[in-house]
Amino acid sequence: MKVQQISIFIENESGRLAEVTRVLGDAGVNIRALSLADTSDFGILRLIVDQTERAHDVLKEHRFTVSKTEVVAVEVPDQPLGLCRVLSILEQSGINVEYMYAFAGNDRANAVIIFRFDDLDAAIRVLPQNGIRILEGKRVGMDAGRH
Amino acid sequence: MLWNDEFETLPREAVESLQLKRLRQVVERVYATVPFYRRSFEAAGVTPAQIRSLDDLRRLPFTLKADMRDNYPYGLFAVPLEQIVRIHASSGTTGKPTVVGYTRRDIDNWSELMARSFAAAGVHRGDVIHNAYGYGLFTGGLGAHYGAERIGASVIPMSGGQTKKQLMIMQDFGSTVLTCTPSYCLFLAEAAREEGLDIREFKLRVGIHGAEPWSEQLRAEIEEKLNIKAIDVYGLSEILGPGVAIECIEAQCGLHIWEDHFLPEIIDPETGVSLPHGEQGELVITTLTKEGIPLIRYRTRDITRILPEPCACGRTHLRLERMSGRSDDMLIIRGVNVFPSQIESVLFRIEGVEPHYQLLVDREDNLDTLEVQVEVNEATFSDEIKQLQGLSGKIRKDIKELLGVTCNVKLVEPKTIARSEGKAKRVIDRRKERGG
Repeated sequence: MKVQQISIFIENESGRLAEVTRVLGDAGVNIRALSLADTSDFGILRLIVDQTERAHDVLKEHRFTVSKTEVVAVEVPDQPLGLCRVLSILEQSGINVEYMYAFAGNDRANAVIIFRFDDLDAAIRVLPQNGIRILEGKRVGMDAGRH
Repeated sequence: MLWNDEFETLPREAVESLQLKRLRQVVERVYATVPFYRRSFEAAGVTPAQIRSLDDLRRLPFTLKADMRDNYPYGLFAVPLEQIVRIHASSGTTGKPTVVGYTRRDIDNWSELMARSFAAAGVHRGDVIHNAYGYGLFTGGLGAHYGAERIGASVIPMSGGQTKKQLMIMQDFGSTVLTCTPSYCLFLAEAAREEGLDIREFKLRVGIHGAEPWSEQLRAEIEEKLNIKAIDVYGLSEILGPGVAIECIEAQCGLHIWEDHFLPEIIDPETGVSLPHGEQGELVITTLTKEGIPLIRYRTRDITRILPEPCACGRTHLRLERMSGRSDDMLIIRGVNVFPSQIESVLFRIEGVEPHYQLLVDREDNLDTLEVQVEVNEATFSDEIKQLQGLSGKIRKDIKELLGVTCNVKLVEPKTIARSEGKAKRVIDRRKERGG
């Protein structure tokens, strides 16, 4: 139920972000979701892509510092209080969000949010018990054969 | 392993009486043949006849690097050019290089001292020496080469650069000894890893590294990454080139300076006053046997101390502590003295941090600023901002605690700090560029 995310260390320098997308594009990798966390000196680019291993390898070849992290893709009803309900369940269970970002899904009724929790396994247990759907990799456009 | 049993184990009294004899000879020679020395001795009110003991050395004036530049190119040569068989020059980062000339006997002595140095590092006939010091005007390549031939080892004159080819040759030719700067040694190890080669499995046994200051931690890293013994060698072109002093493999603790050819002193770099053995200061060397360009009390700008205790290896020549930096590398940041090697030591103590760093010094609103740039690698990278900020915070705090200087730490992408194939450029001081 976990989804593999690629994280890349990026200096705050013009052109670095473009370089990442160029490397991935040249390798035929499609980006499904992304978030950029930034400080004054550096940023961390987090990506969900269709071919995780390939993305990881080509970025390494191009000497980026890159790692794989497990995250959870959660389906959230696209309506008022939709996200609030998910977060309340997590709060009551004592699970903390390290970071999160939204994913542009194809389904108009639901949004997809990528979460990194301090306790990933607890989240995977608790959320479905409360009627919240956790999506598999292929549902967020990742290569099904690899996950 | 001794190369020259007699001279390397000469009793102290014999070393010192030989030094005095040779000191008096060289002082008379330069006074007679080098106008610069005649003038500087006269200005100091000293004549060669007044030099009657080793302590009288202190009466003689210093020779500075600036004196070599002022007498560019041949002004300090003590013999006519017809007797000079080799000319080297140091890489002058600003202006003209410093030029040195060697007579045939100088080259012979250099080969002998480099042979002693190789032997002290446990290198012998039958070894394959991969010499990656630069050949050319720089003294490193040819200096190591002649010593390698003198001991009868098989020397591969690689010179610097062409890293992939270096690795191929090192592996295929079965090199057992690697001579290069410590930073290039790490660069080779890194390149090997990228090529998918296990350099630990190569036949390398010993590395002989010098030409730039390096730390004990860097030694540990080189020894681990290449599976070799890493030996510190010291030399400078003005005095000879490589082979002025070297660690023995038996103790790996301090570098024996070949005292039958060089007379070392330690002085306070601020006042020029001689310091007793054991105290840290600037190394000053008088060449005792050089013919082409003998130097009297040459200020090396290297910071070290003399270790007078006898060494386990049996050599009687004094040891110099590992150079902790150059007096002109010393940064003064808001009044605090900082050597790049100290920052290197701090970084090494932090788990996962690699020795790829650069220091950027600048001045803002009349205050010195220090930025320490450290590469993020796979071991230190986290996809959570707070972890990375924790890392830079720890580096900043440790530097503040251990060195007493406040700095900014900037995490940078791997390889953004220029890899050096020769000497590592650790410091960019923009205060100088601005003439401030």
